[in-house]
Amino acid sequence: MTRRLVRRAAHGLALLAGVSLLSFVLVELAPGDFFGEMRLDPRMSEATVRLLRERHGLDRPLHERYLRWAGSLLRGELGFSFAYGQPVAPLVWPRARNTLVLTATATALAWSVAVPLGVWWAARRRRAAGHALSALTALLLALPDLVLAFALLLLAVRTGWFPAGGMVSLGHEGMTAAGRLGDVLWHLALPATALVLGVLPVLLRHVRAAVAATLHEPFVLAARAHGVPEGRLLFRHVLPAAANPLVSLFGLSLAGLLSMSLLVEVVMSWPGLGPLMLEAILARDLHLVLGPVLASTLFLVCGNLLADVLLVAADPRIRAEEG
Amino acid sequence: MSRRRAGRVALAVLGAVHLAALGAGFLAPYAPLEQNRMLPYAPPTPLRFVDADGGFHLRPFVYALSEDALDEGRYEEDRGRAVPVRFLVHGAPYSIAGLTARVHLFGVEEPAGLFLLGTDGVGRDQLSRLLHGARLSLAAGLLATLLSLGLGWLLGTLAGFYGGWLDAIVMRGAELFLALPWLYLLFAVRAALPLHVSAAQAFLMVVLVIGLVDWARPARLVRGLVLSARERNYVLAARGFGASDLYLIRRHIAPQTVSLVLTQAALLVPQYILAEVTLSFLGLGVSEPAPSLGNMLAALQQYHVLVSYWWMWVPGLALVPVFLAYFALSQALPARGEPA
Repeated sequence: MTRRLVRRAAHGLALLAGVSLLSFVLVELAPGDFFGEMRLDPRMSEATVRLLRERHGLDRPLHERYLRWAGSLLRGELGFSFAYGQPVAPLVWPRARNTLVLTATATALAWSVAVPLGVWWAARRRRAAGHALSALTALLLALPDLVLAFALLLLAVRTGWFPAGGMVSLGHEGMTAAGRLGDVLWHLALPATALVLGVLPVLLRHVRAAVAATLHEPFVLAARAHGVPEGRLLFRHVLPAAANPLVSLFGLSLAGLLSMSLLVEVVMSWPGLGPLMLEAILARDLHLVLGPVLASTLFLVCGNLLADVLLVAADPRIRAEEG
Repeated sequence: MSRRRAGRVALAVLGAVHLAALGAGFLAPYAPLEQNRMLPYAPPTPLRFVDADGGFHLRPFVYALSEDALDEGRYEEDRGRAVPVRFLVHGAPYSIAGLTARVHLFGVEEPAGLFLLGTDGVGRDQLSRLLHGARLSLAAGLLATLLSLGLGWLLGTLAGFYGGWLDAIVMRGAELFLALPWLYLLFAVRAALPLHVSAAQAFLMVVLVIGLVDWARPARLVRGLVLSARERNYVLAARGFGASDLYLIRRHIAPQTVSLVLTQAALLVPQYILAEVTLSFLGLGVSEPAPSLGNMLAALQQYHVLVSYWWMWVPGLALVPVFLAYFALSQALPARGEPA
């Protein structure tokens, strides 16, 4: 088990290194840079711009720039933001934390709804309730995330039950610890709901398919013949056996949620990586674009590691393989 | 409804939608950029069949807007001024497939306006913009799918067929591309491209970015299929008879990937349409004044638009039937590799 995890972690690190190279090259191939925009400013002379570019090492060849940037990665600075005039890390981490809060909540909620509901759906696929769920998930699947987010925003604005954006209220600093937590949760409700509704139909369909495929196994028939009650049969016998494909889905669902939250954050002004990255792209602040990219990759790698742990815990066949 | 039947209905729906988008210039009563600054956020013009005296008319008509109410900043019909809807009328010029024409399917005579889906903030007809925007967004989705599936199919087939170092490189590369949440990847690639470009350039750029970023998933699926296909007995036999690689791929391997590619296409097109909408919504894709479903939705970010003008939601809601149809289509195609 430990060896498997170490191997997986090493693989994840290699992926991170690869992604850093790939994204750096992609972004640095960009024609023009942050200081290029300054040339339009009549107060800046050519010489000043050249000097600025030299000072920040933008005149060096690509591999030298990558090594410099990779060095600052290792120092934990994640490069230098020209727009803010400071290292990227202190800008990215608080935003990454907020994105993590949002996506982790959404992941937990979505899966804790999807698994029981999906199992239940698989057990009664051919009944009216199953058909209703089919239609509902198809509709949710067809609803663009953007419309979903705006619909929830409209609900917030119309009813006043939820705040229409942001992560904390105005008087947040003055609240008690419990009050602050409640405040964040209250703000979290809508963006998290948007994410959950966005990812739920996909999860439900996969859980149903995985469980339905396992329901035909001989051991299920045997267990049923032994008189194992239906609920215990489904959750104790069938679900662990169906877990394997679901675990790779966990990684995919995380990737999907991270992507979706980029958009939802912008629409609902949640102070996460999304708005930061958008702002960085519009300012051509390229190192600040790379920060969120790496943070999201890190989340995904960690999520996949977590999924691996879960798989070993859930599936006895894998424990047996590892010996 | 059986899946096959649903698939046929879906095909019909998609055909109609794409035809409507293709003929946007003819179907739309106005040019998508034509502004009526005096009529911001005008509500949809109701089509009437029954006049004030209760008489029924086969030819629909609309009432012109009341000038007095307009002066007070309200939109109100002037019941005294009925204007008939004319068909095949002359209007703003447009071009379809290189041909320029001025004939529009329907329209009304000037001072009256025929805004079936209302107008936006500068008084542009929403229906006309919707049709033209849909043309752009749907085309972006289709072209990006063509690109990503083409590239994915090529790399997947080569990797699966030849194996060895080629396979290793392609699959490691795919792993890298899949290690990033795809919207982040899309943004990173978009960040590398210039910000201020013309609408046509922006369209091409969006298609390229979406199409080139997402080759990894189809490549993996195709590779898996090719790996098993190349070991089939008849492939081995053909190889034994001295068939060339190209012949084997063209004659024996490629046909086996067709159903996978079609299913993938039905899944990917809506995803890519959504990607274009997302990019344009955020101002990273096709930007104003050219209409795209994405930049039309950007108006909803304003509070009063979100709350007051339901017709500004239409570009988003119009996607629902399209996505439903693509979804039904993907279910109707013989599924492989993906759970139903």
